[in-house]
Amino acid sequence: MAVNAAGIAEMDDALLRIRIENMFADYVHSIDDDQIEAWPEFFNDSGFYQIISREGYEAGHAIGVMHCDGKGMMMDRVKAMREANIFEPHRYCHVMERPRLHRNSTNAFSARTNFIVNRTMQNGDMETYGCGKYLDLIDVSNDVPRFQRRIVVLDSRRIDILLVYPL
Amino acid sequence: MTEIAAHSLDNSFRWPKEGVTRIPYRLYTDPDIYALEHERIFRGAVWNFLCLEIDIPNSGDFKTTFVGEIPVVVTRDANGDVHAMVNRCAHKGSLVCLQERGNREHLTCVYHSWSYDLDGQLNGVAFRNGIRGKGGMPKDFDPKKHRLEALRVQAYCGMVFGTFSNDTAPVPEFLGKAMDHHVRRNLGRPLKLLGFHSQVMKHNWKLYAENVRDSYHATLLHTFYTTFNVNRLDMDGGIALSDDGWHSISYAKRATLDESDEYANAKVHSAQYDSQLKGPEMLDAWPEFEDGITHSIQAVFPSLAIQLTLNSLAVRHFVPRGIDRTELFWMYLGYEDDTEEQTRMRTNQGNLTGAGGLVSLEDGCINEFVERGTRGSPVDAVEFLEMGGRDVAPSEGSRATETSIRGFWQGYRDVMGFA
Repeated sequence: MAVNAAGIAEMDDALLRIRIENMFADYVHSIDDDQIEAWPEFFNDSGFYQIISREGYEAGHAIGVMHCDGKGMMMDRVKAMREANIFEPHRYCHVMERPRLHRNSTNAFSARTNFIVNRTMQNGDMETYGCGKYLDLIDVSNDVPRFQRRIVVLDSRRIDILLVYPL
Repeated sequence: MTEIAAHSLDNSFRWPKEGVTRIPYRLYTDPDIYALEHERIFRGAVWNFLCLEIDIPNSGDFKTTFVGEIPVVVTRDANGDVHAMVNRCAHKGSLVCLQERGNREHLTCVYHSWSYDLDGQLNGVAFRNGIRGKGGMPKDFDPKKHRLEALRVQAYCGMVFGTFSNDTAPVPEFLGKAMDHHVRRNLGRPLKLLGFHSQVMKHNWKLYAENVRDSYHATLLHTFYTTFNVNRLDMDGGIALSDDGWHSISYAKRATLDESDEYANAKVHSAQYDSQLKGPEMLDAWPEFEDGITHSIQAVFPSLAIQLTLNSLAVRHFVPRGIDRTELFWMYLGYEDDTEEQTRMRTNQGNLTGAGGLVSLEDGCINEFVERGTRGSPVDAVEFLEMGGRDVAPSEGSRATETSIRGFWQGYRDVMGFA
């Protein structure tokens, strides 16, 4: 443990960074592997998740393509996807760059991470489904880092067919 | 119109004798029909949605859009008047405005710098008089004869409509009294844009025109509300039609129970109570209108729909991108004087529709399933549309009907001249 200027013990940045990067990888792997029930668990109970186009984000629009204010709405998304929504089977494959992390305070990091996600349909059709950046606020007050906020900013405002899995 | 194309098509195409209860699949795949739609519908005597007025609030603002596949630019001139022109240079046909939106004093084609006023009049041609007395346009070149092709425009309820026809009646008459009333109810106040995205769907544009009018499928394909046991008391409803059947409203009303004191006094709509939602605040809502209508989707011929479901207000504009591609633009709106709390509720309800809509995301793929399912079918194969009868008539008290789809095809046959 290092001690900061205020005399508060801080976990070593390097260790925290590894934990955050692992959490980021676990997040996309759980989606890519269709372990979608795990998705809300990467967030704090009051966590916020949004998918929005770059244009919408830059214009400060409230509404994007998906909007979860609190973990409950994320769990409802998961249940809807499993039990209510009808769509052609498909899987994602996310490819991320290494996150650019910034320590905001003792317990909070912010991060930007570019990503590309490929979508493969059941008949084998494969294409780039989306690309953009994750803009995150990460709570590191517990052993396991959690998102307080994850905004998925898509470069394109056009969604191909539909969006049901989170990104 | 191209008489030759129309002629050869008319000789081989006959609408089934059963009328609008039978829809030939060929209408979704025949390139001659698709070309004819551009002449007779999109360039015909209908009003096409172009953009929102808030897309071009200031003098000099422009916004590009599409009528069918025809590229169009909408402008606001120095006097505040709105104009719309085909976004195609009168010289060689290049796009004049490349950006989707912006602000300009003139519209100048990048290819040879032909420059147009904001109403589409040609005001400058580079090197018109040549260079050092050589080259240049012929002496009799008349700029007045080379303007951007204009559309008639009408701003109406925060939207800008355009038509290529001199014969189209003003928008309220085109809609008819009942439709006009409902558009004014929903959009007749200053608007603000809350969000915007589009989705591309792999099917002919008319399959979405059908789908958005298809009140029969709503509770069958879309099972979000039943899955979460959302207690919808607002199941009274029906279908309203314009006199000509072209336009329609599918609506739901609060049932009688909902008008008891218990509900009338509640600030929040009862939809989410007793549901299995873990984030029930997504359905927080408030009653905005006295008429008891809680959900409505209004379809305007040929390619526009306006939704106000709970408090989720959106304009949907669908644009053909080829015979087998459709782009659906979602414009989520609020009113300028909404409170923060009202904006929060409209925002959360934005989850219900759109490309990722919990209630209706299936609409992104279902029409593609029709497109794929009908491939290779005989040339005379048809859809069967007799739910709720064989006529085009309003339906009070029931949405288990295909009447408004038949209404769309009635309009389509009228405009296309398919007897």
